[in-house]
Amino acid sequence: MPDPETPIVTQAMRVRAAAGRIAYKPADVSPARRVQRRYAARLWSVRHARFLERLYGRFADLFLMLHPLWNALGYRRVEAPVKFVERRVKGLMFDCRMCGQCVLSSTGMSCPMNCPKQLRNGPCGGVRANGNCEVEPDMPCVWVKAWEGSRLMRGGDAILDVQKPVDQSLRETSAWLRVTATAAADRAAAAKAKDAAP
Amino acid sequence: MSADRPPQIDVHPGGPHLPLDPLPGHSSRGRLERVLRRGEFAVTAELNPPDSADPEDVYERAAVFDGWVDGINAVDASGANCHMSSVGICALLTRMGYATIMQISCRDRNRIAIQGDVLGAAAMGVGNMLCLTGDGVQAGDQPGAKPVFDLDCMSLLETIQTMREEARLLSGRKLTTPPAVFLGAAINPFAPPYDFRPFRLAKKIAAGAQFVQSQYCFDVPMLRDYMARVRDMGLHEKCFILCGVGPLASARTARWIRSNVPGIHIPDHVVARLEGAADQKAEGKRLAIDIINEVKEIDGIAGIHVMAYRQEEYVAEIVHESGVLKGRRPWKREPRPDDALVAERLEHILAEAPGEKPSEVLREVTR
Repeated sequence: MPDPETPIVTQAMRVRAAAGRIAYKPADVSPARRVQRRYAARLWSVRHARFLERLYGRFADLFLMLHPLWNALGYRRVEAPVKFVERRVKGLMFDCRMCGQCVLSSTGMSCPMNCPKQLRNGPCGGVRANGNCEVEPDMPCVWVKAWEGSRLMRGGDAILDVQKPVDQSLRETSAWLRVTATAAADRAAAAKAKDAAP
Repeated sequence: MSADRPPQIDVHPGGPHLPLDPLPGHSSRGRLERVLRRGEFAVTAELNPPDSADPEDVYERAAVFDGWVDGINAVDASGANCHMSSVGICALLTRMGYATIMQISCRDRNRIAIQGDVLGAAAMGVGNMLCLTGDGVQAGDQPGAKPVFDLDCMSLLETIQTMREEARLLSGRKLTTPPAVFLGAAINPFAPPYDFRPFRLAKKIAAGAQFVQSQYCFDVPMLRDYMARVRDMGLHEKCFILCGVGPLASARTARWIRSNVPGIHIPDHVVARLEGAADQKAEGKRLAIDIINEVKEIDGIAGIHVMAYRQEEYVAEIVHESGVLKGRRPWKREPRPDDALVAERLEHILAEAPGEKPSEVLREVTR
């Protein structure tokens, strides 16, 4: 039971009171921004959305071809190394946040999880006249870039689909393995239906 | 009842706080949907939420709109500033018979809380809900708060539509009575990427939007271009588009809004016009009326949404002087015929015959 005579001082109150007079001023406005690199790599990916779309198509086919291997090794066992590679590759190219349900193909190769509001269905109404974010004045709006990227892509009209809300329980899982396993299951189901038909 | 007003059509005979009879093709039992579906030019306004726990504050602020608007928006911590909640305001206003438009922003609550609030609000008689993403917390008075953004406006629309049409929650669990609500969303034709904006409206309609309210319009040519593309896509036939308008208090306010409030586009000539006026406040009001007069002629605009922040008392004048209602009088709270009877005999009931039974009172009156 705290003594009613002494006022309660929390850690947050101390931090706030000190903010004005101490030398350390953190860079940027929001915590989301501070964990990001510069935008150069991300913007390169959007400019080369068409190329990346083709590359990803090949890559997904390769992964699907390796499905027997993944199965033999066990998806569980390969998760850690695949995730390690996926995090680094997509982190470098897209500033990936490992939401585990990648929609880059529907968002012009601009990762929507980098939006401070994590919008997955298009830009909010706060986009600045110069095309930058309302929360992070220096960052180009993720969705302005997504629209530009989608116009370059063959399947760019996927940006017009309504996306489901993010399943938070899938965070920090491998989207590559999930897509592969889903495609393999669909392929097996289709083959079974074909065998049953004649 | 006053003699100069025609009888009100959109009112339940048992009392204004009761939901109206369901009509075919209508998804809500509220007044706003009826007005829009009849093809009348609708007017909605935004209520400035009080920083208090006094219900009278809400009633006072709503009373200035009496007889001038078809719906009152209850904002959900707009600009990330904390005020009385939209659920609370709607609870108070629906009791008094007002048609409320409950704004739901995704910034502060996750999907569990939002679905619960939707059911609670619908049970209280809220007929209209406006689904918003919400401003970032950095814009408001408590920038240290945790931004939630569990859903976005699009998935929120889809969630409520599923609740209404399929009578189930996101989890799939059945609802015994689905929420009968008219679903709204917001549009901003004045922010980039301009090419994408009409497609975004199409997405919102696909997700369940039945009416949309736009951000403040100060640039009518820009809205015209947007509406031309919306008409080409046939979207104005699938949803009612209400254009946001409002008076600017002064050139200084305009400049402040331009640099501090994201998403509001104010062209230079508007600021110059305010600057040149002797009475800037009156000119701001004049400007709003001029914009309404231009906007109401645009094909596909079904109404206006007046946002007169801290100038709510001007809403009636703006609506009246622009003549958008064309003589129509929106619903207004009026005393019922038997209220006069009670008022007349109140003294007698309270002071002269405190022990009198209602049946005795009735016998005396009818005699």
